Amino acid sequence: MKFGVIIFPGSNCDHDAYWAFKEVCGQPAALLWHDSHDLENSDVIVVPGGFSYGDYLRTGAIARFSPIMESVRKFAAAGGLVIGICNGFQILCEAKLLPGVLLRNKTLKYICKPVHLRVENTDTPFTHSLTKGEVLEIPIGHGDGNYFCDDATLSQLNRNQQVIFRYATPSGEVTPEANPNGSLENIAGVCNEGRNVLGMMPHPERASEDLLGMKDGLKILQALAGSTTSMR
Amino acid sequence: MKTPEKQPEITPEVIASHGLTPDEYERILKWLGRTPTLTELGIFSVMWSEHCSYKSSRVHLKRLPTKSKLVMQGPGENAGIIDIGGEWACAFKIESHNHPSFVEPFQGATTGVGGILRDIFTMGARPVAVMDSLRFGHLRHQDDPAMDRATLHKNQSVVDGVVGGVASYGNCFGVPNVGGETRFESCYNGNPLVNAFALGLVKKNEIFYASAAGAGNPVIYVGSKTGKDGIHGATMASEEFSEGSEAKRPNVQVGDPFMEKLLLEACLEAMQTGAIVGIQDMGAAGLTCSTCELGGRGGVGLEIELDRVPQRETGMSSYEIMLSESQERMLLVAQKGREEEVFQVFRKWGLDASTVGEVIPENTMRVKHHGVTVAEIPNEALTDDAPLYHRPVGEWISPAPKDKPAGLQLGAKSLFNTEFEKLLASPNISAKNWVYEQYDSMVQTNTMQGPGQLAGVIRIKGTERALSMALYGNGRWCYLDPKLGAEHNVARASRMVACTGARPVAATNCLNFGNPEKPPIMGQFSDVIDGLGEACNALETPITGGNVSFYNETLGEAIYPTPVLGIVGILSDVTKAVGSVATAAGQSIVLLAPEKKAHGSQAQNEFGSSEYAVHVLGGMWGVPPQLDLKAEKSLQDALQKLAAEKLLLAARDIAEGGIAASVAKLVFARELGAEIELLSAGLPAECVLFAEDATRALLVCDPSRVKDVAAIAVNYGLNAQAIGTTTAGTFTVSVDGKKAIDGAAEGFRRSWRQALETALEPEAEAVGV
Repeated sequence: MKFGVIIFPGSNCDHDAYWAFKEVCGQPAALLWHDSHDLENSDVIVVPGGFSYGDYLRTGAIARFSPIMESVRKFAAAGGLVIGICNGFQILCEAKLLPGVLLRNKTLKYICKPVHLRVENTDTPFTHSLTKGEVLEIPIGHGDGNYFCDDATLSQLNRNQQVIFRYATPSGEVTPEANPNGSLENIAGVCNEGRNVLGMMPHPERASEDLLGMKDGLKILQALAGSTTSMR
Repeated sequence: MKTPEKQPEITPEVIASHGLTPDEYERILKWLGRTPTLTELGIFSVMWSEHCSYKSSRVHLKRLPTKSKLVMQGPGENAGIIDIGGEWACAFKIESHNHPSFVEPFQGATTGVGGILRDIFTMGARPVAVMDSLRFGHLRHQDDPAMDRATLHKNQSVVDGVVGGVASYGNCFGVPNVGGETRFESCYNGNPLVNAFALGLVKKNEIFYASAAGAGNPVIYVGSKTGKDGIHGATMASEEFSEGSEAKRPNVQVGDPFMEKLLLEACLEAMQTGAIVGIQDMGAAGLTCSTCELGGRGGVGLEIELDRVPQRETGMSSYEIMLSESQERMLLVAQKGREEEVFQVFRKWGLDASTVGEVIPENTMRVKHHGVTVAEIPNEALTDDAPLYHRPVGEWISPAPKDKPAGLQLGAKSLFNTEFEKLLASPNISAKNWVYEQYDSMVQTNTMQGPGQLAGVIRIKGTERALSMALYGNGRWCYLDPKLGAEHNVARASRMVACTGARPVAATNCLNFGNPEKPPIMGQFSDVIDGLGEACNALETPITGGNVSFYNETLGEAIYPTPVLGIVGILSDVTKAVGSVATAAGQSIVLLAPEKKAHGSQAQNEFGSSEYAVHVLGGMWGVPPQLDLKAEKSLQDALQKLAAEKLLLAARDIAEGGIAASVAKLVFARELGAEIELLSAGLPAECVLFAEDATRALLVCDPSRVKDVAAIAVNYGLNAQAIGTTTAGTFTVSVDGKKAIDGAAEGFRRSWRQALETALEPEAEAVGV
């Protein structure tokens, strides 16, 4: 599996994702420049975290117009695997590759800390090797992670089991106290209808090595790296 | 063709309004041999400001140790550089942004972070960690009963703005904030301190210097356009505050972290081309400073034409362009004929870059505007030969009483649950999650230990090594005894690093003081320098750079002398890093300290400098604890040895709040408790529990390894004594077998954890005044 990590102006988790897939998971990886259309034969596209274009207009709102996003759209439409982490999730929502939007955190402040996620669905290339109901400890780092969508979209998400992760307590209960940012129904990650595009606010690449004190994120990265069910 | 601008007449009023004394003006006339233009006067005024010239401090700073085998670059460059082994070096420095942060907290703090980051990547180093040392006035009426409601609200808004500003800039730029400190004292009411530290990694053979060379080489301006913001920022930082300080708001610059991120990537990429000769960022005193310093350091000159400087608005005067402190700008010298390689990189990142002049052989800065020379000044007049003052050094006598007030009795109580809760919730001990959870502490995926731990520890990818770093600056102790306080600051910052198992190897300092024209303030300063020098020598951590911030006074009231120390240490084996929180119940807690010496009445005098005295007893008296630097070095060596032998599960030194509070911090992070037994040796229980004697550490180890720990301690002339264990639910501390603190850990933990958040919630503002 070759991982293509996009660099937008202002991306700052691009090299973290590249390191995690290449050095930690031992997969081929490439850095893709926003101004190009070339996905360099990647099997998985990673839209990394950061502050693309400074997030000055609205998170992800400018990045979605980048030339490379045209290629990503086509790639996803053909079933290619795309994962958006943090700012990447925001960009994929703005690009309409995922439903919903990410609003300011309810505290109106940036929050960086480890949180617990409950795995809601394992029928995706990103979670196929996880267990439903499993709790993962993975950090967040965002100012705009408050997931929101209209009622119709929400019921569709639930009906199609497109909610992949919810913020939960360490024992796996989905409670208001476990919700760090005000997300609708504690949603931390969703996929598209085709289940080949995932967006999540927590950073699995930040929880992928013993030295970093957290390792649950590696399960997601490895699920993806070991995914032979590319839906392309 | 634009007509040359008219230069107004230089009157005594104009000179005075630039903060220049008549003597200094005479010096200017001598250097130039003629009357300066207004632009030249402006240039002299910023370069000769205290902020840029260190005119009051330089004679003293010379006394600091600055060299060791590992120091590759000492003070004088944008940042210090040390050899950290293999092909790597690290650049680091701490700098203040105090004045702007009071006038406009959010932007003042952002640009403070931005400035120190540029200092690091100007040298070719990629910033991999930042930390901040923040000082504010109190947030709760109970901590300062004399404070009026307006001051309380101002303090809250300064905290909110400064923390938000630090967060906004660092988070967007993408550098982890791995630690630092936030302290509160009444003396910072009108004068908050914002000291920003940054550290970057650079390969030893890829270091860049801020030095020009090669007559005829092009001078290239890159980054943001120049606007009217921040004009005279350096001059503002060299004055006391008065009632009208809000009017200085236009002097504060506005930060753009996105632009800085692009500038970082573009500069590091452009450096790789090999076409860059020298580079300097435009920080304080903007284009003026970079132009004369690049030339001065290289023994050449720079000639620039201001028409070619990218400008945000039309019609800016040469004075405004030269003195603007617009952020996110760099000036560099490239090899003639290779400009295009540099431009290509900046175009790729969407940044402005334009040739604004060239290197000339004369050691002079020449500035043209519309083709007419508007300033021509020898570089040395602005840099090496700037005024140097031997300010009168008076004696600083601490206004605090020498002895414990008669009304306060120690040793009468036996149970301290209420007092302990109050102490845990006091401003300098309570948990700082509200602050640091707003900072991205994990980006770059190197953070092994971040905020909430004793020191920041980052691994260096592709090596076996890690770096450990900590900031510390106890102003109260320096107020009570500047020299001893300064020694403590070095010792503690270094001890925090040693607790992680790293070897402390170098220091940076940010010296925050009041008005240097007052002899007692210079007395504080001189004593602090002596203390820093002795401690840095003893602990083998030379000072590689830093910054001095004077004039931290509002309405004549100075802050506590606050030298903040940043210490960097090297861990040669990344797998041997030691954290500072206990991870499970049933682990042994060991007290590591020199053999106890008789203390007697001295203990009670020293107790007056503690958090317990100030925040629980409501008094401050006496002196800081004694400090034996030799014993301190032994302790720090022992900590490294214990870590290298993999005997430690955690280590934390004893600091604010004494043993009791330090045990609490050791166990609360993982929601644990502890059972501790102490002996009084005749001291009042308060001193046993809460005294802040230095050179002590709490070690956590497996019960089976206590004897191994003790055996090593003996080799360092230390005593390692098992004093208790970690527990799952209770927190008890006994003195001579009697329970002095006894309760559920969760209750104590909540007091510690929620105090700051409660103080900053809107309803907390309703506290009656």
